[in-house]
Amino acid sequence: MTTAQFHVQLASEDALIVYAEADSIATSNGLIRALDGLITAELGQVVIETTPSYGSILVRFDPYKTDHFHLRQKLKHLTSVCVCQEQTAEQLVTLPVYYSVESGPDLQRIAEFAGLSIEEVIEIHQAQVYQVFAIGFAPGFAYLGEVDPRLALPRLSTPRAQVPKGAVAIAERQTAIYPAPSPGGWNIVGLCPVDLFSPDSNCPMPYKVGDNVRFEAINKQEFIDLGGQL
Amino acid sequence: MSTPGIKILEPGLLSTLQDNGRFGQTQLGLSNGGVADKHSYYWLNRLLGNSNNAPCIEITGGGFSFVANSSLIFALTGAEMPLSINGHMVERWRSHSLKAGDRVDIDFAQGGVRSYLGFQGGFAQAKQFGSVSTVLREGIGGIDGCRLSRGLQLSVAEFKAGSNWRHLRLAEQHRPRFSNSATLRLIPTYQQQWFSRLQQRRFFSIRYRVSSQADRMGYRLSGAAIQCQPPKPLLSEGIALGAVQIPPDGQPIILLQDRQTIGGYPKIGAVLSLDIDVLMQTQQGAEIRFVPISMEQAHNQLHLNKARREAITLEYC
Repeated sequence: MTTAQFHVQLASEDALIVYAEADSIATSNGLIRALDGLITAELGQVVIETTPSYGSILVRFDPYKTDHFHLRQKLKHLTSVCVCQEQTAEQLVTLPVYYSVESGPDLQRIAEFAGLSIEEVIEIHQAQVYQVFAIGFAPGFAYLGEVDPRLALPRLSTPRAQVPKGAVAIAERQTAIYPAPSPGGWNIVGLCPVDLFSPDSNCPMPYKVGDNVRFEAINKQEFIDLGGQL
Repeated sequence: MSTPGIKILEPGLLSTLQDNGRFGQTQLGLSNGGVADKHSYYWLNRLLGNSNNAPCIEITGGGFSFVANSSLIFALTGAEMPLSINGHMVERWRSHSLKAGDRVDIDFAQGGVRSYLGFQGGFAQAKQFGSVSTVLREGIGGIDGCRLSRGLQLSVAEFKAGSNWRHLRLAEQHRPRFSNSATLRLIPTYQQQWFSRLQQRRFFSIRYRVSSQADRMGYRLSGAAIQCQPPKPLLSEGIALGAVQIPPDGQPIILLQDRQTIGGYPKIGAVLSLDIDVLMQTQQGAEIRFVPISMEQAHNQLHLNKARREAITLEYC
């Protein structure tokens, strides 16, 4: 049994935010996922949308059907029966990554920061199974954690104007893949050839919050065969 | 007879298809999008007898022209953009009839920023993730996720106006007046306790200006800097419409329709949606002030506004 605490705060005229505090991000994230499921099941009549993140969930309600007092009461009840879903990740997604100095312009800096070789950095990054803690910033952008502390390089002090589609990157103890070209300040270690956001597909994203993700190193030829572009 | 609809002759500075927005897609990281000034959009739909979520065109800045392909009924609300049909000035905030070949010109704004062009029946545009709202940053919604362009044909859904349709207008005293200043009611929420009493008092007394970075994603303000003392690092969390975040440089950013779904800067509160309608009609250089209101006052204002609007009867013309 993990000790966890929830508290509910005001967010806006039609939204409350619930925070879960536990001894690890994985636990609080599991609690938030469980709570999200309960809210969808129990409060669908008055809740317009929820935005789960690392250790919080924003709950937007219809102010013409309920008010913050009533919703707060109902949320308090749900948090009292909420059990962590830490152990029930629904799927493990394996994503191929072409790690190289050519595709990962910040690999060298991370290696210097960590006092390791580039090969060791790649080995450490792909050895770990990461959890999807949140999706946001851009469509299909998944925040994965937690990165080995040895590789936890801070964001670039000046973000790049253009990060390529598929860039696999690290910022502190988080890692992510850019689903589309965008500005960005994370440290790039490689490129993933898989489409991570396909708006016209029935399944626009390969993962959801709570899933596990691991990276598998591929070589340049495999990257190109899978549709990757340098 | 051609399909009911219009052909865009001039798209103006920035025009996009919008409705009330896209909800329940945050698990994909999709923004809400949706009309920036919901008040003007509400009246547009009332004037046309449309549903409250009918797709319309949000025209930013003005300079939009189109030709009708068929007989249509349309209206224009929002910013003060002079409106003419075949070169003759006509009134805004009322419905008008068009016949095939009629040309409509919507001039540049003389007050306000965004106007709303709608047709009886609404545009017949396929929804993407539950909404036609265009979010340019994401390339989602509208026509291929893009701004409207010259030469584009848009279809209008069939409607049965009947021969007894009489045009409607909103009396002048009920129309919003646009000025380049706004007082925004703000509910102290989120991390407001991370700001000292002094900093909170300063926040509510500073006269801010809308900076050059002001769009549908957010309005960045400039003024004296506000300091925040975070007791711990903030993990990225869901951002509500109108949330006011204070980044390390102390210059507030009001997060709007096309905002990112989650973010990690401290937020001092959230602006009442009724005042976001006003804010979205201001532009660079506008003077902005904040006044605090309670959650209960905000709730009452929403209900009062709804009751007031519904009690207004449109005039026949």
